[in-house]
Amino acid sequence: MDFNHTDDRRMLADTLGRFIAGQTDPMARAEAAKTAPGYDPAVWTRFAELGVIGALFGPDDGGFGGGGFDIMVVFEALGAGLVQAPFLSTLLAGRALAAAGGRADEIEALIAGTMVIAFAHQEGGAGYDLDHVATRAERNGNDWVLTGSKSVIADAEGATLLLVSARTSGEVGDRDGVSLFLVPVQASGLDVRGYPCVDGGRAAEVRLDGVTLPATALVGTEGDGTGSIADAVAAGLLALCAEALGAMAVVRDATLDYLRTRMQFGEAIGRNQALQHRMAALLIEIEQARSAVINAAAALDGPGNARERMLSAAKYTIGRTGTLVAEEAIQLHGGIGMTWELPMTHFAKRLMMIDHQLGDEDHHLARYAALSRAA
Amino acid sequence: MDLSFTPDEEAFRHEVRAFYAGSLPPSLADRIRLGHGLTKDEQEAWQATLARRGWLVPHWPVEWGGTGWSAVERYIFDLESSLANAPRPIAFGFNMLAPVLLKYGSEEQKRHWLPRMLDGSDWWCQGYSEPGAGSDLAALKTRAVRDGDDYVVNGQKTWTTLGQHANMIFALVRTNDTGRRQEGISFLLIDMTSPGVEVRPIITLDGDHEVNEIFFTDVRVPVGNLVGEQDRGWTYAKYLLTYERTSMAAVGSSTAALAWLKSLAAKQQRGGKPLLDDPLFAARVARAEIELANLSTTALRVVAAVAGGGAPGAESSMLKVKGTELRQEISALARRALGPFAQPFLPEALEDGFNGEPVGPPDAAAVTPQYLNLRKLSIFGGSNEIQKNIISKMILQL
Ligand SMILES: Cc1cc2nc3c(=O)[nH]c(=O)nc-3n(C[C@H](O)[C@H](O)[C@H](O)COP(=O)(O)OP(=O)(O)OC[C@H]3O[C@@H](n4cnc5c(N)ncnc54)[C@H](O)[C@@H]3O)c2cc1C
Repeated sequence: MDFNHTDDRRMLADTLGRFIAGQTDPMARAEAAKTAPGYDPAVWTRFAELGVIGALFGPDDGGFGGGGFDIMVVFEALGAGLVQAPFLSTLLAGRALAAAGGRADEIEALIAGTMVIAFAHQEGGAGYDLDHVATRAERNGNDWVLTGSKSVIADAEGATLLLVSARTSGEVGDRDGVSLFLVPVQASGLDVRGYPCVDGGRAAEVRLDGVTLPATALVGTEGDGTGSIADAVAAGLLALCAEALGAMAVVRDATLDYLRTRMQFGEAIGRNQALQHRMAALLIEIEQARSAVINAAAALDGPGNARERMLSAAKYTIGRTGTLVAEEAIQLHGGIGMTWELPMTHFAKRLMMIDHQLGDEDHHLARYAALSRAA
Repeated sequence: MDLSFTPDEEAFRHEVRAFYAGSLPPSLADRIRLGHGLTKDEQEAWQATLARRGWLVPHWPVEWGGTGWSAVERYIFDLESSLANAPRPIAFGFNMLAPVLLKYGSEEQKRHWLPRMLDGSDWWCQGYSEPGAGSDLAALKTRAVRDGDDYVVNGQKTWTTLGQHANMIFALVRTNDTGRRQEGISFLLIDMTSPGVEVRPIITLDGDHEVNEIFFTDVRVPVGNLVGEQDRGWTYAKYLLTYERTSMAAVGSSTAALAWLKSLAAKQQRGGKPLLDDPLFAARVARAEIELANLSTTALRVVAAVAGGGAPGAESSMLKVKGTELRQEISALARRALGPFAQPFLPEALEDGFNGEPVGPPDAAAVTPQYLNLRKLSIFGGSNEIQKNIISKMILQL
């Protein structure tokens, strides 16, 4: 048993940590969110040059990482820097393309940082149900015609392509009959309406109104998209959980520092045992969350049911703990914890919002129970 | 034991309901429901409506404009006001300063300041907290030095709610450094239009401007604006704080918020079913509803004790802790109910006259900001930790 990352991963984490500390400002995140694309493209290019994007993909796909612990190392560093860049979109879209096969050129462009592909799967009425696809793709001669809408799609404005899921057969909620399509952002009939998000970054409402695509737009096999989507989301869940670990560590340290330095009643507020116990309880929860993420990272490359269960266990734990850490940190900061000016509050908001991506605490608790019954 | 209201109290409840049904513009109620502040003009207009009905200051003595209601009637009025999502009169003047003036102010001060509250001449804000003096209020440093017929004030207040709208601030200032810290504090009424007063906005984590920093540089305040005796302000300040806390059970506002939460969750789909049918979410809602029913009776028990001649003491700390935690939980559930739609940040969608396309369910844009904003409930009015310290000391005698 060895709980240390390999030397390669440690080096990656060091390089990345240094770069993030020098190049990105947590407070810039909210500012960048005001206009499309919501991040600094020059910094994105630098990330690619550093090989960070390549670390998210396996050698078969042109990368040099791609394992659970590679994803964990990268996203934890991103979380600690509150980095706003299309990492999650790239991971989701790239993983789905890799799973579907036949899209080496696009994946190469993703890794090189020359192209962003948004993962346009989620729909308004779906909640967090991955099988809820109402968007339809119909054949018209050799072409495909897509109609429907996608909701809260990250990075859609800055993307070159959208990876859109659409139903080619069956009914909303069916597992089968979903296909994936690469849709150019300038395609006629495609409407992308962007907006800022609470935790920085931008997302968009996407409408497809009879978007006509050539046969080559279909990714992988017709009707077989669900497996690729599941593969992408599995990696995405791990990424979000690891990002939360990074953000939680920052929030923890900031709060601890505040408890030690904020004087009231002639002593540091951290001298109050009531607050010491609150902080001690947080520490326990954060360590538990780290273990959950390690479990998930170890399971990512393993067999299906166990993998999915560990991912849901991690996302459930992170959803609960992330919110707890954010709320407690604000409370223990008192009035200062309510301010925009304090970097900690932006990390806290990111933690809260992670619970709204790819399924919240309740969703993953129920999913875990269902998977356990099926195991 | 009898938990029901008397027929007279029931009749009174209907009278209050009828008033709101007839006088409260739905657009204002919507704003309150969504936790979105009123403009200064709207707030003043609504307070004038209440004043015309004679219900602006129910708790004041009748000779000054109060209603003479019993504790139970006041409770009913508060509850119904919240259920109707009626804007509340800005508490600083009506609920905090006024009781202090009535008890400790001179006749002249009462005659001058109380009518000006009623007719809307003054908008008051509360100048207690300072950067170094939050929970430990007695650490305050803003100084007032007597110079002829004036005090000269220097220092800084912070977290001043709606200070940007106020023309008057009641402030705790240090007038004496000898003896216990609490014994050198005075209670001063300061005209914010005086030279040397500067108001700077503080933006909160939800992106809103609700609180301010206020700087005082050689601000001259006539000695006639001192309430009570110099150096005795701590007594008055503490008297005021008990008034601040009793209203914080927020049973009415939690009841209204819970009803709205349920209607929101009924319309959200999870796995092809309404979210309200999701067992985990339903359990969360049920827990909140049970807590609320319990709290409602706990609050009524405190009211009944007061009606029977008791004074609300440390019991109001219990109501504050539970009431704020519950209100926060309901707002967290609304955020949860939105799913992915909790993420968009569209403050402009909350403005009047917004005609863009909303994102997600109606009113979704208000939910996460309100959740973030309501984190304040457990921080201000004496933080919940401080309330527990009070309970430990006063009730548990630990
Ligand atoms: C939105 C908002 C509006 C406000 N409006 C006003 C206003 O209009 N006028 C005004 O004067 N003030 C206002 N306040 C200030 C408010 O009263 C203070 O924030 C509050 O008293 C806490 O003080 P603090 O922020 O300095 O936190 P601190 O006192 O520094 O507390 C930090 C943390 O330590 C805890 N703590 C401190 N001491 C102890 C202890 N002895 N035991 C256990 N825990 C402890 C606190 O509970 C808190 O969790 C407002 C605050 C907010 C957030």
